[in-house]
Amino acid sequence: MSTAHGTRPRHVPDRLQSRPARILHSWELLLGAIAILIFLANTQASPYFLDPWNLSDATFNFTEKAFVAFAMALLIISGEIDLSVAGIIALASTAMGWALQFGVGTPGLVAIGLAVGLACGAFNGILVTRLGLPSIVVTIGTMSLFRGISYIVLGDQAFNGYPTDFAFLGRGYVVWVISFELVLFFLFAAIYATILHFTNFGRQVYAIGNNPTAATFSGIRVARVKMILFLLTGLMSGIAAICLTARLGSTRPSIAFAWELEIVTMVVLGGVSILGGAGSILGVVLAAIVIGLVTFGLGLLNVPGIVMSIFVGALLIGVIAIPRLIRLIRTGKAA
Amino acid sequence: MTRFFTSREAILLGALLVLVLAVEMRFRGFAAPGNLAAIFNDTSILIILALGQTLVILTRCIDLSQASNLALTGMVTALLNAAMPGIPLAALLVLAVAMGLAMGAFNGILVWKLDIPPIVVTLGTLTIYRGIIFLVSGGAWVNSHEMSAAYKAFPRAVILGLPVMSWICVGVVAAFAVAVNRTALGRAFYAVGGNPGAAVYTGIDVGRTRFWAFTIAGGLAGLCGYLWVARYAVAYTDVAGGFELDIVAACVIGGISIAGGLGTVTGAVLGALFLGTIKNALPVAGISPFWQMAISGAAIIVAVAFNRRRAPGRVILREAAA
Repeated sequence: MSTAHGTRPRHVPDRLQSRPARILHSWELLLGAIAILIFLANTQASPYFLDPWNLSDATFNFTEKAFVAFAMALLIISGEIDLSVAGIIALASTAMGWALQFGVGTPGLVAIGLAVGLACGAFNGILVTRLGLPSIVVTIGTMSLFRGISYIVLGDQAFNGYPTDFAFLGRGYVVWVISFELVLFFLFAAIYATILHFTNFGRQVYAIGNNPTAATFSGIRVARVKMILFLLTGLMSGIAAICLTARLGSTRPSIAFAWELEIVTMVVLGGVSILGGAGSILGVVLAAIVIGLVTFGLGLLNVPGIVMSIFVGALLIGVIAIPRLIRLIRTGKAA
Repeated sequence: MTRFFTSREAILLGALLVLVLAVEMRFRGFAAPGNLAAIFNDTSILIILALGQTLVILTRCIDLSQASNLALTGMVTALLNAAMPGIPLAALLVLAVAMGLAMGAFNGILVWKLDIPPIVVTLGTLTIYRGIIFLVSGGAWVNSHEMSAAYKAFPRAVILGLPVMSWICVGVVAAFAVAVNRTALGRAFYAVGGNPGAAVYTGIDVGRTRFWAFTIAGGLAGLCGYLWVARYAVAYTDVAGGFELDIVAACVIGGISIAGGLGTVTGAVLGALFLGTIKNALPVAGISPFWQMAISGAAIIVAVAFNRRRAPGRVILREAAA
């Protein structure tokens, strides 16, 4: 949907804002403030919130989704999208469960998870970059295809009995309350922030998202960059599948159902423009934490999951709508 | 004539006929008029929703909230019916359409006045509308025995050999065929999607046109909300969960270009019928229903690869985003 809008002129300011002003107006600061507010509200709302183990449990609400969200952020900045990520998770998990029946050990299971993720990413990437098909449609198709294969293999059955050392990947703690997944979360955040903000590749991703034609003419191999991004998204989905399967200890075809929408929500809430060309990893990290805090805080108040989703949906629309609404009222005309 | 035979609608119609004949060859009676009418009736809701989605996609937007809209309206009509069976059905129908219109208009306002990308808006309202169902129902189901007989009977009542639900679908299709091709608003959907910049210069308000697309799609989803719940005689929070993507799939198979401005009413109807026929053929052919998801996924990919649009007219600057 990168071409959804395009009727309004793009205003380029005569001079940039000063650095402090830019930081003050930044999305990341707003998200950080929201995160702190929610944190404080939670401490008031429930006496159990500040318990370190409870807080540690809360991180599982977002870590696996965030792995995928980091790669998805790059993909969306480049002007594409991948809605098949939850399907990839289901298929990778099913493949691992299937291999388990033949006595494959933990290293083999991990390798299979990663390989299936990469293969699915390659499939999406080839359809989009080689055949020139719109990614939103292709990945709606592969979403059904990948999860559909899991349903064919499993039906209403489940794979169980994963080895105990495999479970560490989803349930293990490195030190005290710091879980293995949380360590991975910060590690991936650092890696993706470096790739996006400090490498040529990252600059190319922004350039493609802003103007693919101009990017081509400045010598960027657009198709190759996009292919790599699809591969990365597939790989991260594979990693998420490994951690999620290890944490749950079983595979059903409905595993990670509808996660694609939650992951895209996380990315967009993190300030990544759905039209491509703008966004930061810090924003996605903060969005993941905000979503994690909201769902955990509401959970402590015994609010059912489906009602939490109202808050997440309202948050997604609200944080984008409110600044625009204020501007609309102030200027008295459409933004 | 040649243009007809090479149009994507003709090709899709051919594929549909081949599919029906192939199943008929193996399993006698599949192509019997009665069974085909049953398939059409089963697919009615998907067709109506796909037509609404078609308008939205034509204007270069997307509506992911249709299924949640449907489920919420269905639940509200069911709850009202269960609580006050005295409310006439006509009033419930008006309410269902009005609720759907309101939810669609809410999407449309956010897209029009606040210029928020449609996929973000409808991703948000998808979860919000779905969550509200839980709030109004408390997570409880409304079961068949709580609904009044009239409420359940209306979509199934047979008139001239076809159930009312099929007739409603026929009516919506006919209305669309006229409105999309013969009214100013109908043509505006194409103009806005084909070239938004040019549409502005011809005096079309792009935002307002998108608003109407969302509103109409919402109204149809509301109507389908009642139809769905009445037909299956049960309402619960997860009604039509994940159906939003089936609707998009029907449009894509029907050749509605996701880039906007290209697609026909016939295409959308055929796309929905194609999915509906596959769904009905699987149990007949003795294939596990678990195959359905993978098959419709594969069908989407094949359809989109097949419908790949070659740039019409003179190519001045090749689209670089390969």
